[in-house]
Amino acid sequence: MQLAVLGGFVLATFAPLLHRWFGDRAGQVMALLPGGLALWLLFQMPAILGGEVMVFEQAWVPGLDITLTFLLDGLSLLFALLISVIGVFVLVYASGYLEGHPDMARFHVVLVAFMMSMLGLVLADNMVAFFVFWELTSVTSYLLIGFNHTDPDARKSALQGLFVTAGGGLALMAALVMLGIMGDTWSFQELLGQGDALRGHDLYFPMLLCLLGGAFTKSAQFPFHFWLPNAMAAPTPVSAYLHSATMVKAGIYVLARLHPSLGGTESWVTLLSLFGAVTMFIGAFLALRHTGIKSLLAYSTVMALGTLTMLLGIGTDEALTAFVAFLLAHSLYKGALFMVAGILDHETGTKDISAMGGLGRLMPVTAVCAGVAALSLGGVLPLFGFVAKELMFESVLHAERLSLFVQLLSLAAAIMTLAAAAIVALRPFFGKQRDLPKTPHEGPPSMLVGPVVLAGLSLLFGLAPGLVNGLVGAAVTSVRGEALPVSLSLWHGVNLALVLSLVSLAVGLLIFRHWERWRGWLGKLDPLFARGPEAGYFWSMDMIVKVSSWQTRMLQNGYMRNYLVMTLLVLVGLTGYTLWSRHVLSLSFALDVRFHEAVVAGLMMSGAVVACVMRPRLAAVAAVGTMGFGIALTFVMFSAPDLGITQLLVETLTVILMILVLFRLPRFANLSTHLERVRDLVIATATGVLVTLLVLEVVDHRFFPSISDYMIANSQPEGHGHNIVNVILVDFRALDTLGEMFVLALAAIGVFAMLRFHADEYEARQPEREEPSDG
Amino acid sequence: MEPLMAVVIGVIYSAAIYMMLRRSIVKLVIGLMLLSNGANLLIFTSAGLTRGAPPLIPEGLSAPLGDVADPLPQALVLTAIVIAFGVLSFAVVLIRRAYEIVRADDLDKMKDTDT
Repeated sequence: MQLAVLGGFVLATFAPLLHRWFGDRAGQVMALLPGGLALWLLFQMPAILGGEVMVFEQAWVPGLDITLTFLLDGLSLLFALLISVIGVFVLVYASGYLEGHPDMARFHVVLVAFMMSMLGLVLADNMVAFFVFWELTSVTSYLLIGFNHTDPDARKSALQGLFVTAGGGLALMAALVMLGIMGDTWSFQELLGQGDALRGHDLYFPMLLCLLGGAFTKSAQFPFHFWLPNAMAAPTPVSAYLHSATMVKAGIYVLARLHPSLGGTESWVTLLSLFGAVTMFIGAFLALRHTGIKSLLAYSTVMALGTLTMLLGIGTDEALTAFVAFLLAHSLYKGALFMVAGILDHETGTKDISAMGGLGRLMPVTAVCAGVAALSLGGVLPLFGFVAKELMFESVLHAERLSLFVQLLSLAAAIMTLAAAAIVALRPFFGKQRDLPKTPHEGPPSMLVGPVVLAGLSLLFGLAPGLVNGLVGAAVTSVRGEALPVSLSLWHGVNLALVLSLVSLAVGLLIFRHWERWRGWLGKLDPLFARGPEAGYFWSMDMIVKVSSWQTRMLQNGYMRNYLVMTLLVLVGLTGYTLWSRHVLSLSFALDVRFHEAVVAGLMMSGAVVACVMRPRLAAVAAVGTMGFGIALTFVMFSAPDLGITQLLVETLTVILMILVLFRLPRFANLSTHLERVRDLVIATATGVLVTLLVLEVVDHRFFPSISDYMIANSQPEGHGHNIVNVILVDFRALDTLGEMFVLALAAIGVFAMLRFHADEYEARQPEREEPSDG
Repeated sequence: MEPLMAVVIGVIYSAAIYMMLRRSIVKLVIGLMLLSNGANLLIFTSAGLTRGAPPLIPEGLSAPLGDVADPLPQALVLTAIVIAFGVLSFAVVLIRRAYEIVRADDLDKMKDTDT
């Protein structure tokens, strides 16, 4: 199993090679992979339907308890089947739709990688692996949406999709980590048994919010629904795939997967029903505003996703059955409808429905597919969509929470969806023929096979819903956590749900009759939509840019002292706070100072201070030198004769160097204002005080035994030296000394190079420059 | 003695940072000199100060008599002194070159790559 999915990624990288061998048929060849997977899944079906759960163990990072374990139960079987079956048709369809496109190979690389990420996502049992696949779908869908990279709109939409879903991905990661802490496991399987403990956990509510943040962004729930219609910038085969079986269903999938462990609480039911119902309504409502066939379908996907979320929220046995049935129905008809939309676009050269008409005679197969699929979308007898819609009404009528709210919104959404379905199915194919950019004719067989099969399945499952009893039942069992036999039927008898269906049919057709006028009314609401959530997205994007440029101007402004001030303030702030809060400074110590030591200390301090206040440069250097010699004396007084000698030599050299170079340097300039000086003085003093306190804290603290004892003991026997410091330098830590020599050599080379390159050469090239005023 | 040394180190640090915050490039060099000296003193003091017991082994013995000062920080400081000198001489020459070419002694005027 793992091999198939990971092998798919490998295959994706070979797509360009396959293109060289098979040309435009490469898509069909690659379709063999999802086709084979689908067949394999079908062979596993009897076992899964029998209640078996297949686990494919594979260690990945054993040390961190991360596995690449795949899990095949009813829910993942349903999803995997949809992904692989629709994947086959999408690959075949794309080879027709993009025929002759120069970037076909790139398209296949990304599409197959996306397919495999999606399969991995629905099959993964380990939450870490799940998250990796989740992010992979975000990245690959970004590449798919932005496939026409020369189109700025496509780039913008792709980026928008990526930002929204990847932002949600961060929330999801937080949720998964919290789940891992709550359940002490990374396995979805093992979370199953802990339902009550998880629901009662303190972290439940924050975890749920993060989880919904991830799922809602991915599945385009309100208020994050805007990215999905924009993702229409993708080539149509991609839209068909993203909308029907994959990407947007990932959010729904994770909610369904965790439903048995987390569902049923008050917050779960309320949040999911509320957001689901609102999304459903808004999706259906916005669908009618658009004349572009793809936008219209995209908003109806938003509607469907809202419905699915709402049904998961309601969570009764009926609702879960409706959930699975609706999911299946939607995948079938939406895949078919998008492919039909692609054929129309491909053959007529326009996406605007209001510009099409009378195409039914020219492209009869397409028209029939569109009709069947749209009837399923509208939920009309005898399509599978009707079965799903009946179940949906049934469960909404029995909803326990927010019942009136979800009932009204469901009815309204059903009415508008029906109108939208009628627009898609009837508008382009009936009525009078209009002028189009291209002369339309029936699409090529490779583009027809997908819609025909998918629409045919919608009809078949509608007429004989018993065929999918087992599959739906197994998926419901996984979502519910306990077995539930399902028996779907087309005709439920005359009941309230049927009445609602008929009402929505009648009113929906009425809206369809008056669509133009309806659009006119909706047009008046445009200013309102301009302030919708998408405006919020653009605003936050703008703010991110503004805040970053402001922050860059503040922190990275090119003034050395500003960097220094920032670093010091952070140092003083954090270290000072830690010292103050964690430690009680014991300022009681014996002041054991001898007179000559106090004199040397005074010498050093006054040297440092004088160096700061002296105006002549020579005096300042002399003052630093005085301090340096004071330090040398200190080394000598406190048992470090080697240090004393070295310091004495180096200090002398430094002073000589400074004096040699000094007169080639400018005089001290008086550049700062009084206020700046006070500010710097405060910062400098604060740092000084902090360092003093730190030294007082650190002196005589030993957290672990020093290695010095070993060095003292072994200096003579092992190193054959009587001066322990020297033995350390040339023996115990000889590599350090070697490094030091390198540093010095580099510095010497640098100094030499800079001195050799004379300023005259530079001057010669820039003759207009003035001579320096200071010799 | 350590408390007094702590104060000395604090003063040297303050002076070093004050000088490094100035806009004049020569003052920056002085600040650098002060800071490296302060850092050496800090390492030396942190290990504890010992009077009159240098880490030397008398002739003919294999270990020093009695307790001696910790040799390890001394070795570290010795390295640090020499490195500091290397860095300082590099910085001084670099600043001299920069001044020769840019003719600006104000760090604020050196912040752009165009001269």
